[in-house]
Amino acid sequence: MRTTRAQPADPAGDSGYPDHPPRMGFFTDTSVCIGCKACEVACKEWNAIPAEGLDLTGMSYDNTGGLGANTWRHVAFIEQNKPVTRPDPGLHQDQDVFTMAERGTSTGEDFRWLMSSDVCKHCTHAACLDVCPTGSLFRTEFGAVVVQEDICNGCGYCIPACPYGVIDQRKEDGRAWKCTLCYDRLGDGLEPACAKACPTDSIQFGPLEELRERAGRRVEELHEAGVADARLYGADPDDGVGGDGAFFLLLDEPEVYGLPPDPVVTTRDLPRMWRHVAGAAAALLAGTAAAFLGTGRG
Amino acid sequence: MAGRRGGEQPVVPDTEFTSYYGTPVLNPPVWKTPDIPGYLFLGGLAGASSVLAAGYHRAGRHGVATVAKTGALGAVTLSVGALVHDLGRPERFLNMLRVFKPSSPMNIGSWILTGYGPLAGVSALSAVSGKLPRIGAAATAGAALTGPALAAYTAALLSDTAVPAWHEGHRELPYLFVGSGAVAAAGLGLLAAPARAVAPARNLAVAGTALELAAFRRMERRLGMVAEPYRGGGAGRLVRAGDALSVAGVACAALGRRSRLLRGLGGAALLAASACTKWGVFKAGQASAADPKYTVIPQRQRIRAEEP
Ligand code: SF4
Ligand code: SF4
Repeated sequence: MRTTRAQPADPAGDSGYPDHPPRMGFFTDTSVCIGCKACEVACKEWNAIPAEGLDLTGMSYDNTGGLGANTWRHVAFIEQNKPVTRPDPGLHQDQDVFTMAERGTSTGEDFRWLMSSDVCKHCTHAACLDVCPTGSLFRTEFGAVVVQEDICNGCGYCIPACPYGVIDQRKEDGRAWKCTLCYDRLGDGLEPACAKACPTDSIQFGPLEELRERAGRRVEELHEAGVADARLYGADPDDGVGGDGAFFLLLDEPEVYGLPPDPVVTTRDLPRMWRHVAGAAAALLAGTAAAFLGTGRG
Repeated sequence: MAGRRGGEQPVVPDTEFTSYYGTPVLNPPVWKTPDIPGYLFLGGLAGASSVLAAGYHRAGRHGVATVAKTGALGAVTLSVGALVHDLGRPERFLNMLRVFKPSSPMNIGSWILTGYGPLAGVSALSAVSGKLPRIGAAATAGAALTGPALAAYTAALLSDTAVPAWHEGHRELPYLFVGSGAVAAAGLGLLAAPARAVAPARNLAVAGTALELAAFRRMERRLGMVAEPYRGGGAGRLVRAGDALSVAGVACAALGRRSRLLRGLGGAALLAASACTKWGVFKAGQASAADPKYTVIPQRQRIRAEEP
């Protein structure tokens, strides 16, 4: 099911919700993230996600490591030896988080921190949802992708299928878990817990169309202010996953943040895979029949 | 190894890339060993054995045919056992039959198993008991027609993931898998067949080995750096052992026209070859998911190639 450029993707409509609310999503503007981890904590609390215990990764201030069954929001901390490009202080209302951050910690002009709160992308073409053999993963009326834990088999197929490394298996119960876009809160007209808790508005929640416009303006602002590296990630509806329901403003290449530079929904190649499977099955039949040629009867 | 720089890291040109502290981009497959590689091996053995059994059945070689039929039933039973063990509970297998979903090879595989399994069962039970020969013959034919789907679909099961070494190999893996299945079935046939009836199994061993080797070489060439996990580490050792064992098995089969011992050795080598190949492919995928370079570099190259 490819969507054409002319029409915005409508995953909820395609999944059988004729009348559905606008597609909701996240715009995570990492240029204002201060790495406070309020989102990680709020997500854990609201969704009653078990603790992982105390782990020190030793690689940075990031002691969570990455998204998984028990981490549905993950704040990446990248320490870089790169010249700092600061936007004009007026850009983020009247606070200059960069100056504030620098005052506390900077060791010089050539050092910068990038922080980014990662989450499930709620892909337009979601591989996890496509490959789930039980129908446990489903699309909500808001366009998000959710696992129903009472149906999940724990087969683990969705895990290597996700091109972003999001969904994962909880060892204790063997089932798959990930961000639900706070489905339970949305139904009551609330915003997701992470967006609610974010003190800098780095995580913005709303109708995807609106977020995309806002994000486009923000990138332009940053470019004008001399932050040439600012770019959107996951916002293009023509990319390999049909665009993300959760997209990002990044200040460097996606792989710096642990994100794949050009993810593709694996099922895009599935018709060809099935053709090769059929070809191979036919080859096995024909080859075995040929193996009997000239070997005589009885 | 081409161009070593800075001591440790083997550097093939163009492997410069950045990552988040070297951590994987993908979450690693949680499928357990020996369950899932065992499942891949047993599915291939069962599916191809049913085809071979039908051939022997038709040729009137009922002794070998019966061994192949019971072998197929045994293999498919064990394979379902392996799957259920990986899932944790038997009802979870049934859970997969609540929907029909062509976009999920695992779901389609459950349906293939559900169709094939009983046919293989009836075919084997009729052969062993000598009862209901007509129904047995029909089931034998049915198992021979559905068996290849079982042997081949597991390739799509692996390929329909973001795991680089599996996904990028989606064109060749089905041929590799049926080749490996044929090698296993031929191995079982060689173990069972009397001297006069050994020719078809031997021919199948040759054809299966040739197909498997050709598919592997083609895949390696096409995959470029993503093929590295198939060559290096534990996966590489398994793949090479599989190659060597299948060639040795074919040689034993060719020379063993009169020697029962040689044929037996050949058969065992072919069965082991198939298991090694499947294990190797499974491990190569795991290794490719664990290293971010196999995710990042090909995607970067794709972006560069698409840029005007
Ligand atoms: S990011 Fe991964 S888990 Fe989230 S919807 Fe996309 S494929 Fe599924
Ligand atoms: S682990 Fe659960 S959600 Fe994931 S594919 Fe299997 S059944 Fe579906």
